[in-house]
Amino acid sequence: MTLAARLLRVTLVRSLALVIAAGVILYLVTGSLSDYRNTQIASGAYYFAALAGLTVLAGQSGRISIGHGALMAVGAYTAVLLITKEGWSLAPALAAGAAATAVVGVPMGVAATRLQGPYLAGATLAFAVGLPALADKFPGLFGGENGLTMNPPTPPSWESSLSLYHWGAWVACLCALVVLFVLYNLVHSGAGRSLRAVRDDEIAASLCGLRVGQTQTRAFVISAAAAGLGGGVLATVVLNSVAPGAFPFSLSLDLLAGVVIGGLGSLVGAIWGAALLVLLPNWTNDLANAFSGSTNVKSNLPLAVYGVVLIVLILIWPTGIQGGVRALWRWLRGRLPQGRTPSRAA
Amino acid sequence: MTKFIDLTLSGISNGAVYAAVALALVLIWRATRIVNFAQGAMLMITTFIASAVINRTGSYVAGLLVALACGLIIGALVERLLVRPVENASPLNAVILTLGLYTVLVAIAGMIWGNTPRSFPAAFSLRGYRVGHTTLLFTPNDTFIVLTVIATAAVLALIFRATSLGLRMRAAAFAPEVARLLGVRVGRMFTVGWALAAVAGALAGVLIAPSSFLGPNSFDPLLISGFVAAVLGGLDSPPGAVIGGLILGLALSYVSGYEGTALVPLAALAILVIVLMIRPGGLFSVSQERRV
Repeated sequence: MTLAARLLRVTLVRSLALVIAAGVILYLVTGSLSDYRNTQIASGAYYFAALAGLTVLAGQSGRISIGHGALMAVGAYTAVLLITKEGWSLAPALAAGAAATAVVGVPMGVAATRLQGPYLAGATLAFAVGLPALADKFPGLFGGENGLTMNPPTPPSWESSLSLYHWGAWVACLCALVVLFVLYNLVHSGAGRSLRAVRDDEIAASLCGLRVGQTQTRAFVISAAAAGLGGGVLATVVLNSVAPGAFPFSLSLDLLAGVVIGGLGSLVGAIWGAALLVLLPNWTNDLANAFSGSTNVKSNLPLAVYGVVLIVLILIWPTGIQGGVRALWRWLRGRLPQGRTPSRAA
Repeated sequence: MTKFIDLTLSGISNGAVYAAVALALVLIWRATRIVNFAQGAMLMITTFIASAVINRTGSYVAGLLVALACGLIIGALVERLLVRPVENASPLNAVILTLGLYTVLVAIAGMIWGNTPRSFPAAFSLRGYRVGHTTLLFTPNDTFIVLTVIATAAVLALIFRATSLGLRMRAAAFAPEVARLLGVRVGRMFTVGWALAAVAGALAGVLIAPSSFLGPNSFDPLLISGFVAAVLGGLDSPPGAVIGGLILGLALSYVSGYEGTALVPLAALAILVIVLMIRPGGLFSVSQERRV
């Protein structure tokens, strides 16, 4: 085995190589894209951060949350408040947003250890519906229904020729890569194995000496931090504002759909999910515009197509897009004359 | 004091409707271990159908009956055609499927009936009862709502406890393999469970539509309240669903009456968290043995 191949078996090295490669590709790609496409890239990046957090929680630790949209709101409000009221710069504000969301994730995670499947779903659902009410309750701080607005983050002096959108896409992608790096290492480490052990059988795992509650709470906190970072990017870079309306209950449901359709528990699946959540509304809108019919039909067509796509995807690919891709890959490899044996389950 | 009585009465009336939705969710959960997020959209469709029938015939009873019948059919079709393939997959797949169905149904309703909410007739007068010189906030229509929900819960309890169909349904839900060996058509029992649940949902839709108005998204808050009520009571327990609905209705009525409507979603969250921290499986859960 060559040195490079041996190095690539070290998780840290592999994840660094992965992140650097992805970063270089994104750097090259964003340079040639229009402002509109760059905004889409930024949207994909914040969706990826939230989806990656949720997919690790739901797929690796087996806890589901219908409250990640509200967690994104926590990160978003924290970041925007720090920037507008305290004059923080972008990077520390985003980090603080993620940290604040992680803190909110602690009681949720503790609650999550006690609750099973639908009961946890119910509790997180109530969280997603209840939290935006805080913005109405304290309009002085949170700006009520109208929320808070901020100036779009500007590129630093040495990159001042960049357009705002281009810079925004870079910031968003950098955040997504940080999330990818951290979660990749988590999943492929002892902590990740503990998560899966606890997911598969709590009692057996605790007999092996794993602390079930702690493990699950930790997963929830990390997942919350990723969602908070995603929310911060959404508010500061993409919207330049934050309001309760940006975090409707349907956002939490979209995230859950993205995670399952992409492939539960898989970080690559989170990329598929993010792409789907960004591109599908665009396609359905284009489709509706191309279609001539009554206003009622036209305005509801995107929604109908979205629903049908969800149903069809879940029926034809029960393991998500990534599951389908893996099955296809296995089938192709079985067809090749000298199939390599898989060295390691991904 | 009058305010307290008013809030209590309107809480009971709202709670009865939450209870009906919670019953629908509990029936589906017991039959197939699926939380039906499309329930709100299914009852929205049946309520639109009821509205059309009432407008055409002028008869409220006809509208109600057609809505219940359509609920029965929609529930059975949804289970047989869409849910059956995901029943044995990961539980999240069923969740996404019902979410997709919810989206499609909302879009279809918007295409046919438009997105502007419209009014829906009440069965009885909406003028409050008069006691002495004060007018209570409780109307003859509220009496109708409460009595109808009680009757529905009683009929469902009777079906489950006292009929052979109920026994077969319980057996299919409790031990599908054994039930199948004993000749129970398990799949058919699941279909019946979904159909009965959709009837309870359709009823809730017709009952609440006069106060919530009728639009594609009008019943989303109702589904959320119903789900919270079902979780409060324990998803496995129909009596729990009814009690959970009433508790939630009363609590939210007091909060919105004394503290303002803005706090209602937060209050629902607080109640749910407190109850679940004390009893993680809801108020009426039975403790379960877990095995390695």
